[in-house]
Amino acid sequence: MSALQLIKKLCRHKSVAFSLFVIVSVVFASLFASWIAPYDPNKQFFEGLTMEGAPLPPNSTFLLGTDLLGRDLLSRLIYGAQTSLIIGIVANGIAILIGTLVGVTAGFLRGWVGNVLMRMTDLMMAFPALLLAIALAAILEPSLWIVALVIAMVNWVQVARVIYSETIAISSREFIAVERTLGASTRRILFSHLLPHLLPTIMVWATLGISTTVLLEATLSFLGVGVQPPTPSWGNIIFESQTYFTSAVWLVLFPGTLIVLLSLSFNLVGDALRDELDPSLKGRD
Amino acid sequence: MTIYILRRLAYAILILLGVSFITYLLLYLIPADPARQLAGRSATPETIANIRAQLGLDLPFYQQYFQYLMNLLQGDLGRSYIQRTEVSALIGSRLSASSQLLVWGIGFELLIGISLGVLAALKRNTALDRGLMAFSFVGVSSPHFIASMLFLYLFAVHLEWFPLGGYGTTHHILLPAITLGILGSGWYSRMVRSSMIEALQQDFIRTAHSKGLTRVRVIFRHVLPNAIIPVIPMVGIDIGIFIGGLVVVESVFGWPGLGQLAWQAIQRVDIPVIVGVTMVSAVVIVLANLIADLLVPLVDPRINLEKS
Repeated sequence: MSALQLIKKLCRHKSVAFSLFVIVSVVFASLFASWIAPYDPNKQFFEGLTMEGAPLPPNSTFLLGTDLLGRDLLSRLIYGAQTSLIIGIVANGIAILIGTLVGVTAGFLRGWVGNVLMRMTDLMMAFPALLLAIALAAILEPSLWIVALVIAMVNWVQVARVIYSETIAISSREFIAVERTLGASTRRILFSHLLPHLLPTIMVWATLGISTTVLLEATLSFLGVGVQPPTPSWGNIIFESQTYFTSAVWLVLFPGTLIVLLSLSFNLVGDALRDELDPSLKGRD
Repeated sequence: MTIYILRRLAYAILILLGVSFITYLLLYLIPADPARQLAGRSATPETIANIRAQLGLDLPFYQQYFQYLMNLLQGDLGRSYIQRTEVSALIGSRLSASSQLLVWGIGFELLIGISLGVLAALKRNTALDRGLMAFSFVGVSSPHFIASMLFLYLFAVHLEWFPLGGYGTTHHILLPAITLGILGSGWYSRMVRSSMIEALQQDFIRTAHSKGLTRVRVIFRHVLPNAIIPVIPMVGIDIGIFIGGLVVVESVFGWPGLGQLAWQAIQRVDIPVIVGVTMVSAVVIVLANLIADLLVPLVDPRINLEKS
């Protein structure tokens, strides 16, 4: 199935088509942020605050209003998309890489190596991911890349477990045994047979994982150990304005909606991908 | 059964040992200089050297860890960088508030998750089913801090149905607990829906129907008990994510529990307190999984432990 056919199939569901639209829009916004954003995201406008120094609600100059420092919210949200996507891709990429490496090694070698690796995932599962991430971020002093690394360090576990059981399932299939008896090298079995069969699972988890990553980054930034201001992130926009949220609700509502929309979109696309790619689910609903 | 319980217990202890090792790394190995942090800014080099000797930071690595472990076993979680008190005392004073919210939250999570899942399964492939599943998706895709702030704004500020945060009465606990319940219910409702659908197709259900039992009786006596068993281990698996949510909900609602303590510690980079809360949560998670694993064979006689 080519990529185009896959996308066509996914778009049969209106919700998935909409999700893909959201994802493409966010990617577009973050790639061309400097052209789309009406203002510099860090510029503090004198006319961006009321006489009393309060943020402005949405108006014709500042389409989505301004924040506590008189900066344009729309521009900050557009640049914030960059942060979300960079972290989503980097953090999730590393998590998938570690998870696949651990899962495949454990599932392929089994024995004591596999045992030790899988017990390590049990140990990681004993920690609440958010608290472990908070502790790590607080110790390592947060920056964009540290946050991505911290998220990767807590998010690889799920992937490792799924890939592990999948690797075991595939390794026990007959064609692998046939390859072995025909004298295929371990490398050949790994790269020409095992990994291609794991690809759909990896794709599904890569998509679902971005959703978790977006949520975790937003939460860390909201708690103050994520991406540090003035670099805008949807989470730290809410962090900066939380004390004002009863009087300036747009400062929470707009970034909040974006976080939920993006996370939901990746979840829906991931779920649809699983239905489409996972042969074991065919015929069920 | 006894062998199973013993093996499961031994495994839980092994995991807890691993947990202690990781928290040790977080407390003493990764931070730049824990002794200086503990001593404060104005400390003399002698004080710092004293603290270092007290903590055993001049000892070889394995001896340090052993000492840390011995301290842990006596309930000593170290000292706060900022508050100059024992972390265990800080945590002890917050445990009861957090446990209350934990129990109420999981209660709502199960109540909402199971009832929506059952409803969706019974109305399978209708608009209601699709609506409920969409709701569950939005729930699991929403960060707790956004939902908490939104619900506070809507139900406390705007409608004034609930107090604006705070602690004390049942009235105070409802909104944070319902927030946790709604956000966490998504996975449960999706799981209960599919296990209900599977249970509905079993032969013994057809038999029950053909015996002439009413639909209500079949569903509540025969389908539901079967469909609900996977919920038990799910609570164990999910509790880590739940505690993450608890931390955030507590800090938004001003609930005086461990989560709020952690949140205050984050603002002041009080690492021993953050690690202490993480450690206590890990113990709760290990215990919850242990209980869930011991409970499942009791409620599901089909599981034969001798064979596995």
